[in-house]
Amino acid sequence: MATRGFSGKGLPPAGQNRLPPGQYTTHDFPVLSAGPTPRVALDTWRFTLRVGPKPVKQWTWEEFNRLPMTGVTRDIHCVTKWSKYDTAWEGVLVDDILADAGLEAPTPWVLAHSFDDYTTNVPFADLAGGRGMVALRYAGQPIDADHGGPARLLVPHLYFWKSAKWVNGLQFTQRDEAGFWELRGYHMYGDPWREQRYSGD
Amino acid sequence: MTESAVPARKRPWQTARVVAIESLSPRIKGFHFALPDTPTFVAGQHIDVRLVAPDGYEAQRSYSIASAPEHAERIELAIERLDDGEVSSFFHDVVQVGDEIELRGPLGGHFVWSVRDGGPVLLIGGGSGVVPLMSMVRHRAAQASTVPVTLVTSGRTAADLIYLDELRRLDANGDGFTLKARVTREAATASDLGAGRIDRPLLESVLNEMTEPSFIFVCGSNPFVGTVADLLLDLGLAPGRIRTERYGG
Repeated sequence: MATRGFSGKGLPPAGQNRLPPGQYTTHDFPVLSAGPTPRVALDTWRFTLRVGPKPVKQWTWEEFNRLPMTGVTRDIHCVTKWSKYDTAWEGVLVDDILADAGLEAPTPWVLAHSFDDYTTNVPFADLAGGRGMVALRYAGQPIDADHGGPARLLVPHLYFWKSAKWVNGLQFTQRDEAGFWELRGYHMYGDPWREQRYSGD
Repeated sequence: MTESAVPARKRPWQTARVVAIESLSPRIKGFHFALPDTPTFVAGQHIDVRLVAPDGYEAQRSYSIASAPEHAERIELAIERLDDGEVSSFFHDVVQVGDEIELRGPLGGHFVWSVRDGGPVLLIGGGSGVVPLMSMVRHRAAQASTVPVTLVTSGRTAADLIYLDELRRLDANGDGFTLKARVTREAATASDLGAGRIDRPLLESVLNEMTEPSFIFVCGSNPFVGTVADLLLDLGLAPGRIRTERYGG
């Protein structure tokens, strides 16, 4: 149904659309979080890889920074409707984290954990093959605390709540476990191109 | 801590009719919608709005509900005009009573409160950030609840403080609701309006006057929410009790 009096900005040419349905582009970098920005000190920062409840390997900030660094430039899409093009990140690919731990993915499901007790679920297939990283730098600088620094997950092909801020661990789970927002009405997978915003979409 | 359960169910788009438009401040209008299917919702939730052009182009935005869940047959969204706002300027300049607009929701299951959750509750809203908090305050009044709730709000001028008269009436009821309103860009013009930003001394005095809050909701622009949340942490409040919602960029 067309909205009376709304002409819009016009559709992009077929095949040239970078913008998923229902999104708009912004040049700002809006901040969204469920609570206060946690205060994370680098000297007590740890990143833990777990299989179920069992820790497989833990890194300090210095150890983590010695892992191979990869740069990516990607469009990001927030479920609150903004998209930002060409965001530049550097960090450690999930592939390289597992390689350093000598771990092959034991299950197809991962739950990311954060310092503020936030969690979000991402299928391992969406983290592997260079698709996901733990980002340490944004636009050439350490990531601001408001934007998830010192380290955040980056899974840019899914809605951005999947790119957990203040990440401190990845956990392989025996089933696809809902995380924080997924328990509060948001979609289990979150593909912006299929507009999977809310459960039931 | 308990959370009001928000059922996971499909939320299809529905066509709602604009039944009233009111000016709430120089930059904010309230739009009242009648929905074909009366929804159930929890105070603090939002609605997604979709505008569709004849060529199929769409624009979507989320807006918090200002009205109480008890009056879901008529939902009020308060929309602030943003300078480059494609959707907000359409609402301010084009939308008229009788228009049909596509909506879906209510949505969101974290920034929500019900009287069943109890209190005390501290609500802090900057500018249009008071909108979802207003739904909570109206819900409390509709339930004749006596759960202690304090609302701290600020606006540039008294004219920017939306719902001020209604909030003053609720404060005057003496049933446990307290209003602390401030203006940031003019001298205080009324005895119950303080001047200045929401700062540490104000929050300290608010916290001294109430039992330690079990729930704290902070809503407003990103700098506002960041500043207030940091002050609350500095004052020793547990991060797990503080829920935030940030508008814009």
